[in-house]
Amino acid sequence: MTMQAQSGGGFAVIQATDIWKSYDQGAIAVLNGVDLEARKGEAIALCGPSGCGKSTLLHLIGGLDQPTKGSVAVNGRELGGRRDMVHFMRHEVGFIFQLHNLIPDLTMEENCLLPTVAAGTDRVAALSRLHELAERTGLTDRRKHRIQKLSGGERQRTALCRALMNRPGILLADEPTGSLDEKTSGAVFKLLLDLAHTEGVTLLMATHDRGIAAACDRMLEMHDGRIRTDR
Amino acid sequence: MIFFRLILVNLLRHKIRTVISIAGIAFSVAAMLTVVTVLEGAVGMFSSILSSGSEMIVFERNVSDLFFSDVPPSAEREIANWPIVSHADPVLFGVVSSADHPIITCFGVTAQDARIRNATWISGSASQFDMGGSPVVLGERAAEFLGASAGKDVPIGHGTFHVIGIIRTHNGFEDGGVFMPLDAAQKFFHKEGSSVITIKLHNKEDAAAFKAQVHQHYPNLIALEDAEFSRSYSQFKILKATAWAVGGCGLALGGLGVANTMIMSVFTRIREIAILRVNGFANRQIAITIFGEAALVAIAGALAGLAIGAAALYALKEVPALHGYVDVTIHPLLMLIIVLLALLTGVAGALYPAAYAMRIRAVEALRFE
Repeated sequence: MTMQAQSGGGFAVIQATDIWKSYDQGAIAVLNGVDLEARKGEAIALCGPSGCGKSTLLHLIGGLDQPTKGSVAVNGRELGGRRDMVHFMRHEVGFIFQLHNLIPDLTMEENCLLPTVAAGTDRVAALSRLHELAERTGLTDRRKHRIQKLSGGERQRTALCRALMNRPGILLADEPTGSLDEKTSGAVFKLLLDLAHTEGVTLLMATHDRGIAAACDRMLEMHDGRIRTDR
Repeated sequence: MIFFRLILVNLLRHKIRTVISIAGIAFSVAAMLTVVTVLEGAVGMFSSILSSGSEMIVFERNVSDLFFSDVPPSAEREIANWPIVSHADPVLFGVVSSADHPIITCFGVTAQDARIRNATWISGSASQFDMGGSPVVLGERAAEFLGASAGKDVPIGHGTFHVIGIIRTHNGFEDGGVFMPLDAAQKFFHKEGSSVITIKLHNKEDAAAFKAQVHQHYPNLIALEDAEFSRSYSQFKILKATAWAVGGCGLALGGLGVANTMIMSVFTRIREIAILRVNGFANRQIAITIFGEAALVAIAGALAGLAIGAAALYALKEVPALHGYVDVTIHPLLMLIIVLLALLTGVAGALYPAAYAMRIRAVEALRFE
């Protein structure tokens, strides 16, 4: 199914309609009818207490899981009907997690190149992209360092580089600063927001940090599996 | 390159586990190489006994073992006179025994036989071979273990024989054997004819005509070219099948080791596989990393196994009791087959782990600690 959703002044790259998600045959309800629309280039913060469904919503939008009911469309195409989910994961969406989820025995460069290897990108082009992102995140001199040798902030910046390697249109960040100290957290978030804006990426970020959330274009407040407020 | 790094990194992460898996394949490959080479060598040696100075062999049809074959002397005399035959040498195989040596192969041959003519005579000479009496010629190794020398008598079975010479051949069985004049052997083994007749034709292209002629005149005998005999002789087939079966069992055990390693490998990096999936790795690409890991273990094991096997063969060759019996010629084709079998075993061992890895759901695995 193809939808040409249009909202406000921009193209709705994410269109989640009446999303429900439950586990154990409905015994555990996580999302209870979520509607969400995100326009191209928007930075949206998802706030709310633990267990309110923020991560689950990100997983559904990123194609890592399927809703029990409802539909998620990205770039006008419903995910439920897509047979090329691998293409979607490679080219249309990038993930950042609270735990950086990097492969510790590989170097910063090797970790960042993983999405390009998966996508079969030309190595020269991939290295050029890495060079650009490493420069912007201040990791140029850390490219050959193994992840174990990097600080928490550097690891998260590496994860940011990796997420953007294949120039996805959507960046899904699940508590990206959750494991960092306040100072590093602010710096990483600033970088994340800056990169998202300059790359024209739609950022959807789950966070507990209201200060960070306030800096986004929109802040959605979630509670009991629903979006309560949209500011 | 990164694929290779992913594979290598995981193997290096668990060095001891990797080394144990490689060792499992290595010892399996070494066992297979050693067993197959030794038995193939033994079969080759026995084949070369039959093909000494000849290209065809005539023996009794449908016998399970050449020791039981009985070719009548009349057949030998007639076949020797056929125009297409250059010469025909009857050979009688028997098993004799002496103190401490229950099995010694005995060859009843004529003085014209290639084994006698072409051997290196360490002592004595071929001219005394057909002089009558009960003379024997000993292979070099037989003389060694019987403690006999030319000019002395040696007890063999229920008789005593006069040693007229000691010869050296390139064949372990012959070197460890006893050669008797055909008539003496016939008397000793209570046989009138011979076990086989080895045939040399004037023209090799007459082989088919010769076989047809044997079949027509002696329906209870069969003529085969040497190579054809080696391929079809049931004892050789059994030996070869046994060698491959023993080696195959060893390799299967090695494969189970790889399977175990790969299962552990997948279970300990479920989260890492989920990361790959989130980064766009397709099932096929995840499977490649698993199979690649197994293949690397198998190839490393196979190469180490070939080295260990070759060393074992050379060591066996130097064991005095086996001197002359172990042919250490390792055929490149055999090595290739063993490496491919090891690779196949390794990959087969990775089937279940790869299937498991492909079923890992990123959303669940990312929660996995």
